[in-house]
Amino acid sequence: MTQLPLRAQLAAALGRTAATLSRVTGRGDGSVIGGRVGLILEPDLLRRLAADRRLALVSATNGKTTTTRLITSALQELGEVATNAFGANMPAGHVSALSQAKDAPYGVLEVDEKYLPEVLDTTGAAVVCLMNLSRDQMDRAAEIWLLAQKWRRALDGRDTHVIANCDDPLVTWGASTARQVTWVSAKQRWREDSWCCPECGGPLDRKDDDWACRECTFRRPEPTWFLADNAVIDPRGRTWPLDLQLPGRANQANAAIALAAAEAFGLPVERALPRLREVKSVAGRYTTVERDGRVLRLLLAKNPAGWLEAFDVADPALPIILSVNAQGPDGRDTSWLWDVDYRVLRGRPVYVTGERRLDLALRLHVAGVHFQLCETFREAVDAQAPGKIDVIANYTAFQQIRAEFGRAV
Amino acid sequence: MQSESALRLVWIYPDLLSTYGDQGNVLVLEQRARARGIPVETLHVRSADPVPENGDIYLIGGGEDRPQILGAERLRRDGGLQRAIDRGAAMLAVCAGYQLMGTVFGGEEGQPVPGVGLLDISSGRGRHRAVGELAAEVDPELGLPTLTGFENHMGVTKLGPGVKPLSRTLVGTGNGDGTEGCYAGRIVGTYLHGPALARNPALADLLLHWVVGDLAPMDDTWYEHLRNERLGTVLSR
Repeated sequence: MTQLPLRAQLAAALGRTAATLSRVTGRGDGSVIGGRVGLILEPDLLRRLAADRRLALVSATNGKTTTTRLITSALQELGEVATNAFGANMPAGHVSALSQAKDAPYGVLEVDEKYLPEVLDTTGAAVVCLMNLSRDQMDRAAEIWLLAQKWRRALDGRDTHVIANCDDPLVTWGASTARQVTWVSAKQRWREDSWCCPECGGPLDRKDDDWACRECTFRRPEPTWFLADNAVIDPRGRTWPLDLQLPGRANQANAAIALAAAEAFGLPVERALPRLREVKSVAGRYTTVERDGRVLRLLLAKNPAGWLEAFDVADPALPIILSVNAQGPDGRDTSWLWDVDYRVLRGRPVYVTGERRLDLALRLHVAGVHFQLCETFREAVDAQAPGKIDVIANYTAFQQIRAEFGRAV
Repeated sequence: MQSESALRLVWIYPDLLSTYGDQGNVLVLEQRARARGIPVETLHVRSADPVPENGDIYLIGGGEDRPQILGAERLRRDGGLQRAIDRGAAMLAVCAGYQLMGTVFGGEEGQPVPGVGLLDISSGRGRHRAVGELAAEVDPELGLPTLTGFENHMGVTKLGPGVKPLSRTLVGTGNGDGTEGCYAGRIVGTYLHGPALARNPALADLLLHWVVGDLAPMDDTWYEHLRNERLGTVLSR
């Protein structure tokens, strides 16, 4: 493996120490502080840690953490894999992940959408996976058209092998400057951000998964991988039933991307897929926790497209608890609640909690959804009869609930 | 499917300008009209399609720079909105949609872009992004309670003599000169998301009143809970 220069070795070692201290003192999981310490001592640390490894970067608005986990599981077939499994997806998190697995020949890094150009440039990653782009935390995230443009510039003329979802027009536009792209028809349910051509602004005509601009030549490229009903069709036309433990259509899409990425690393579907099937939950997402006979399944939804996918997973026969916050990582503007179509919850027992429960309450009221307002998550759980319950929460609300159950994974 | 008696809401260019939950303003108007027994028809007009002239209330929302420029170009070329306003229709224009109703606004590189010209305002790019909760006292002539919402923009808007400020800011940036939004005739422009009409149901009722006349009282419990909580949080800082 790479022999790091002394300074970089020291920086990486001190970073690991900081990470350990952070964990043992209960301040965090150490994945950010360790990287920060390392980067202060050796600003070039990420490039040095990435050198001589085969890396995949994973970016999207939704599904980054899960897809990173799926690709990591698959590549473990080939050897040790360094990864930022807990979603610390900026350079400090990447440094931390790579320095904790010094000898791993492979790395799979989840990358914040805004940081992708920088991280790609620094690491020279061999593979980049791009799944979807949609509106997200507008008060702090970059606007998505602009974001896709930055991806275009970053990928332009590069030898990186891009695996991209061609059913998302904005992702397609962002990826299409790369020299080598494997297009995956991974589907896209949320379409409210892609009615206009990213190339010319003209109207996009859409039919099923296909799309084309009415005014210019920009259109959906021909995919070589397809997501079908609970199955993936590979470039040789073979159909692979997925049968994942992770629920929902969005995770089938993540798996399709993961299988294409695995193949880019030389790992065939027959060896990758059994690994994907072993994944049950990802950093608390989809996990089940229990309290006093109430069995709660935790679903994370951070933005309108994510809520659509969470509703797809939630069981219509069960009561549902919704929790919404508006702290920094959630976006402080709750306007996005109005982009979510909550009418699907009509007739279900709905319980509303979280720091911004009143925003959600009015939203549901206007949608004609009956609900019960609860001051705390505990109160919402106590209001349930024993049995199964679905929980959907946005980012910090989800982490608070997870913390109540001992950082459930 | 259009009936003469229904209130006609027209949502302009949701494919370009609806990035910040702007659909909420449409949903709130629908809900508040229906709660008074007024039938509603809502039309979503894509940017490739003509804007009908026979709407009662028009809504246009926020968006990125490029869609804002495209939206302004298409509205100018189309002319339907301008004819509808001449006929006496009401309009709520939010953020990017507010700016483009003026004579000029700032493009991606700060270049001046001609607007639709329905409001006597001109906008440019400020130095800092204004992001956060806003509270403002509404022009007493309109008789509305304190305005609340969330702003997220880099615009600085100058009001000409043809418009009046909608409000004076207590917290937040708004137009950049101590005022927030503007109104003229039956057009209201604002930087506020939240969305604006969910956080300010009296503003929704003002638009409805302009086109349907007196409104019966309705249950505002959840609207008031949210307003009180937001204003309490913002004004106590």
